[in-house]
This record gives sequence, structure tokens and C-alpha cells, in this order.
Amino acid sequence: MLNNFQEFYNIIPILLIGAGFLISLLIEMYFKKSDVILPWFTILIFLAAGFHALYAVNSVSVIFQNMLATGGIVNIFYIIFTFGAAIVALLSIDYIKKYGTYFGEYYILLQTSILGMMLMAGAKDLFMIFLGLELMSVSFYSLAGLNRKRLKANEASLKYFLLGAFATGFIVYGIALIYGTVHSTSIDMIASRFYELSSDKLFIAGILLFLIGFSFKIAAFPFHMWVPDVYEGSPTTIAGLFSTGGKAAAFSAIIVTLGVLFTGRIGNILMPYLAVISVLSMFYGSIVAISQDNIKRMLAYSSISHAGYLLIGLAAGNSFGVAGVIFYLASYTFMNLGAFGIVALIEGKDESNLTLKSFSGLASRYPLLAALFSIIMFSLAGIPPFAGFFGKYYVFIAAIKSNLTWLAILGVLSSVISVYFYLRIVVLMYFKDAETDLKIDVSKTGLAAVIISVLLVIIIGIAPGTIIDLIAFFFK
Amino acid sequence: MLVQYIPVFLVIAVAIVFAVATVFSSEIFGPKRPTQAKLSTYESGMKPVGTTHERMSVKYYLVAMFFIIFDLEVIFIYPWAVQFKKLYIENGISVFVSMVIFLVVLELGYLYAYKKGGFKWD
Amino acid sequence: MSLQLILFILFGTISAISSVLMITRTNALISALFLILNFAGLSGLYLTLNAQFIAVTQVIVYAGAIMVLFLFVIMLLKPEHEKYFSHQPKLKIFAFFIAFIVFIQLVFMIFVSHPSQGNNANVAASVKAGTIEEIGKQLYTNYVLPFEAAGYLLLAATIGAIVLAKKKFE
Repeated sequence: MLNNFQEFYNIIPILLIGAGFLISLLIEMYFKKSDVILPWFTILIFLAAGFHALYAVNSVSVIFQNMLATGGIVNIFYIIFTFGAAIVALLSIDYIKKYGTYFGEYYILLQTSILGMMLMAGAKDLFMIFLGLELMSVSFYSLAGLNRKRLKANEASLKYFLLGAFATGFIVYGIALIYGTVHSTSIDMIASRFYELSSDKLFIAGILLFLIGFSFKIAAFPFHMWVPDVYEGSPTTIAGLFSTGGKAAAFSAIIVTLGVLFTGRIGNILMPYLAVISVLSMFYGSIVAISQDNIKRMLAYSSISHAGYLLIGLAAGNSFGVAGVIFYLASYTFMNLGAFGIVALIEGKDESNLTLKSFSGLASRYPLLAALFSIIMFSLAGIPPFAGFFGKYYVFIAAIKSNLTWLAILGVLSSVISVYFYLRIVVLMYFKDAETDLKIDVSKTGLAAVIISVLLVIIIGIAPGTIIDLIAFFFK
Repeated sequence: MLVQYIPVFLVIAVAIVFAVATVFSSEIFGPKRPTQAKLSTYESGMKPVGTTHERMSVKYYLVAMFFIIFDLEVIFIYPWAVQFKKLYIENGISVFVSMVIFLVVLELGYLYAYKKGGFKWD
Repeated sequence: MSLQLILFILFGTISAISSVLMITRTNALISALFLILNFAGLSGLYLTLNAQFIAVTQVIVYAGAIMVLFLFVIMLLKPEHEKYFSHQPKLKIFAFFIAFIVFIQLVFMIFVSHPSQGNNANVAASVKAGTIEEIGKQLYTNYVLPFEAAGYLLLAATIGAIVLAKKKFE
């Protein structure tokens, strides 16, 4: 258990969400006005945990008998998860009523999924990785199918569950093989014996299976089949969470478990695998996104291609690349949540207004929404001075430093392709006449959430140097 | 080690022999005078309709789910109960607290299921 | 022949035969019943490996609770299309391919790599590790955080099950 006050202090973000989740359950059961209290309580919990993680970012320690790490990059991941989830909760207040029946469980499951992500990011043992992953995934499966009257939501939930469980099977098999060769599930033990075992075929098979399982979770190319259908069928805000929090959590698990590969002390033996699926996902996502008419499907394919860019950072295999990946995840989280937020604002009842048509001529009627959406699209396309540009820049630079210039060039090529479908929406909004009679009541909380995420995108874009220095400082 | 399980295996063997013997002895020793009416599914004369594969209600699924969850809870309590005295002397109150937290978390789930009518048959 | 070897052959045969029978039945319910037999055989194998607690858990949780869920789900899904799968040659080839890979990997593991060498060296320790006392000691001291996380996981599963499957949900 916890030995002293300092350890207790370091673990406060997890304790806050763990206790807040139980209190939310009580609120949902006993308060009549739970639909008013619960969202704000959830946001409060997330913000408290996030700000604590930000404040205690320096207190690096390992607690619970070498089970959980705190401080450093773990806290940076906590910040990404909690602030992202707070934005999702703020977006959901009005959206979830528009979407269908209100369930308090929406916010409760949101909290459990974030708790699972935090356990994954802080894990020091493969048990914690697995439990965190399951906690996150179980909440995600239920969140995807929350509205049981919609066939598409049911389909999304079932598809996500079946493929997610399949992926978890890979991960568990990988963990079993790793345990069989290392004789321990401790990540420190794996790291210290990695070099000596890197010629052991079973160990490498275990690591590869582990990576394949997580490739499902990050939505990389050959394992992406679930992504478009799940994003299309689940509530838009939740699809935003899948594409940001879920992806960030899976990357955190890879970075935490295989961190020793990316410090440059031993060669990155997994580079071929990471580079190949990275190139495949970048191009597949960018090219297929062009032909999409449904905006949620388009964002799903864009999420696949972003998984490719993120994998470049891991393939580079130096500490600079990992810092770039974490920076990219932070900026991607806020810009993608902004994108899904605007889609959630514009979406009408019964999944209307989701085609690209409904965005044409938006600038003349809702100039603020159009301006915000343009900023997000510029950022997603990687156009300076927004956060998305610097994310790609750091990742590509890391690849060049590791003599993977061809990978960086392919990454730039793929971003050029992706500019087409991102900027097509901007063109539609500003230079086309309205094709549909779009009438929406813009929800104030939702708009606030989108504005906050756009502001964060701009702030990260203004001061990328300090943030990347902070991350690189902790990843040493 | 394994020798101490021999009584268990013996009981299992006796159970299997008994089950097989009862099933087949009635088959061997019972008198058989089949007629057309006796061989029909319902001897009362009702005609069987459709298949036996009727789709069951999703309510049963919830029952099974609760069964698994609380079954697992018991599995976790079992080693704790066996080892509690020794662990309490070695580690102090923290062993007790960890189980209390676990139980509070799970009983809250029970309370939630009760409040939401998870145990009602409607 | 030692008692351990006799029991290993007995339980191994039971689980191998029952698993072959399980995948060759066309009626899903009968497959599920053979799966129970398979779990019982596996539980016996765990016993021969001195993992008593795992053996008991296997019987209580898998052969008990999870099989109840399996049977309910099979009846819920009304598997009238089960024959559809047995007429799909592509699926069969894919299944054979996967099974072949797993088989090769197991053969490699047992005859080439000997991953259990380090573990087998200390039989007394492995006997001790399987007892319920040792599991209790490890679970409530070193592995207390995974234990609490498992509690949260079960709670999340409860909530998810009620939200998704309760008929009249308020």
C-alpha cells in the first residue's frame, strides 16, 4: 500500500477519478436532478485530476510495490486524458439530449474509461496494462451502444466489442509469451533483459503480438476495419473520445512497455514493422478519406492516417521521436475533439446534417462555427502556425535523425494528399452556396468546449518549443 | 502432493460410474412395449409445432452476467479469508482496508443493479 | 509410471478429445456442453501442475458461471444459421491457417526453446506458488493495485451490462 504522504500526494489524480466515479454512481442513484449535477461534477473531477497532474508533474515516483509510476511523462498523459475527457463531457451536455435518451451512465462510463487509460499510462507491470486496457475497453463498448434504439449504434457497439476482444486476445497471448521468456511481468525487468532476449524468437513473437493487439486499438492500417463503422454509429462526442483518448492510451501503453527501445541505448529492432504499418496507414487513410461523403467517416479515415504519422515517431526509435509522439498526441487530441465537437453541434436529430453538403455555405450563416472549423481543418492538415503542424514536424525530424529520411518524405507526401480533403470542407464552407436548409440551435456549452479546444490548439502552436522541451526532459 | 487428491478422484470416478449405471440400467432392465401414440412427442395428443430452438429473452443474459460478476467477487474473497490472520500480523490494517475498498466498489454495483431494477423480471 | 503422468495422460486425453468434438458438432448447444468437459479436463491438468487454486477457479468460474452465460447467449442468438459456416471453405482455410501457426509455435516452444527451464528448476517454489495461501499473500500485498482495478473492472461491467441489456431502462 502507500507508504507515506508523498506517495499519496502523487497518486491523487487516480484516487480523484476512482472516488469521483463512486460518488457519481451515488448521485445517479439518489439525486432527482442528477442530469444537471452529474455532467458538471464529472467535469470538475476531470479538471481537478488534470490540474493536479499538471502541478505535480515533477514528482516522479514508483508506488504500489512497483506497479504504478507517477510524474513525468505519465502525468503528461494524465493531462491529455483528463482535459480531453473534460472537453468531451462539456460537449455532451446538450448533445446527448439531442442524440436520444439521457443516461447518467454516460458520464459514469466516461470516468471509468479515463481511469482505465490512466492505469495504462502509469503501468509498471503488464498486469496493470491489461487491466487498464480492459477497463477502458469495457467502458468504450458500452458507450458506443448507449442508445439502444439505434441500429447503427448497436452495430457499432457489437463490432467494436468483437474486434476489440480479438485484439485483446492478441495482447494477452503476447503477454504470455513475454512472461514465458522473461519470467516476470514487470516492465523494468523486461526493459533490463530486452537486449539479451532480442535474439529469442519467442520473446520477439510476444512483443510483436503485443504490438499487433495495440495496432487494433490505435487504428493502424491492416487492423482498422472497425474504425469507420464504429465512429459513424456511436455518438459523435464518444467517437471523438475513441479517436483521441483511446488512441493516446494505446500509444501510452506501447511507449511505457517498450520505452527501452526508444531511448536509443539499444537498436530499434521493431523498426521494420512500425515503419511498414505507418506508411500503409498514412496512405490508406488519406486516400480513402477523399471519397467519403459522411463527415464522421471522413474523420475516421483521417484518424487512421494520423495513427500512421504517430507511428513514424515510434519507428524513429529515439527519445526525440517519442517526445514528438507525445506532443503530437496532445495537439491531435484537442484538434480532433474540436472537429468532432463541431460535427456534434451541427448534427441534427436522427443523424441528419452529417454529409459534406450540410457544410456548404456555412460561413454565411454561422460565421463563428465556420471560422473555428477552418482553424481545426488547417491544423489537422498540418498547416503552420497551428499545433498539428508542429506535431508532424517533430515526428518527421525524429525520423530524419534516425536516418529514416524516406519515411519522413512519405509522411510529407501523405500530408499533401490529406490537405485536399481537409481544405475541401473549408472551400465548401466559404465559397459555395448553401445546398440544404440548415437550421441548428448552437448549444452554448458545446460551443464553449469547441472554443476551448481551438484555443488550446492555437496555444500549443504558439509555444511548441517549451512543451516539447518539457516532454523531452522527462523522457530521459 | 497429488496423492492427497486421490479421494477426490475416487469420488469423481464413483459419480461417473453411478451416473452411467443409472442411465443404462433402466435402458437394459425396463420393459419396452412401444406404440405409435407412445412414441409421439406429447402423449396427450398435442401436435408439436416449430423447432425447439426458441429465442430466449435478453433478461436471462442479465441474470447470467450478475452471476459471473458476483461469482468472481467470491473467488477474490476466498484467498483473502484463508490468509487474513497471517497477513494482518505481517502487514497491518492495509490488508483489511484493501478488501473493504474492493467490497465497497462491488456492493455499490450491486446497489446500482438493485436501484435500476436489474433484478426485476419485467 | 508416476501418478502424475497417469493423470496427465488421462486429463490431457479428455481435454483433447472433447475439444475436437466441440468444434465438429453442428449444434452449438452440444458444442457448449463439450466445452464444459474440456474445462473440466483443463482443471485436472492444472491440478497436475500443482496449481490448485487455478484448478478450482477453472471449475467454479469457467465450467460454472461462464458456461451459464454461454448457454444463455446461444439460446438468445437462436443459432439457426450455424450450418452456413460449415459450408464456407474460405473460413475453413483461414481457421486451419491460424491453427497451424499456433501449432508450430507450440511445437517450437516445447522442443526448441524450453521457456520453462528457468521455472522448472525450482519445483518446491512452484508447488508453493500454486497454493491458495501464497496466492492470497501475493494478491493482497504486492498485487493490491491490480486487485482493486479488477474491482473497478467488474463494476464497469455491471453498469455496462445493465445499460445495454435492461429492457425497461429509466
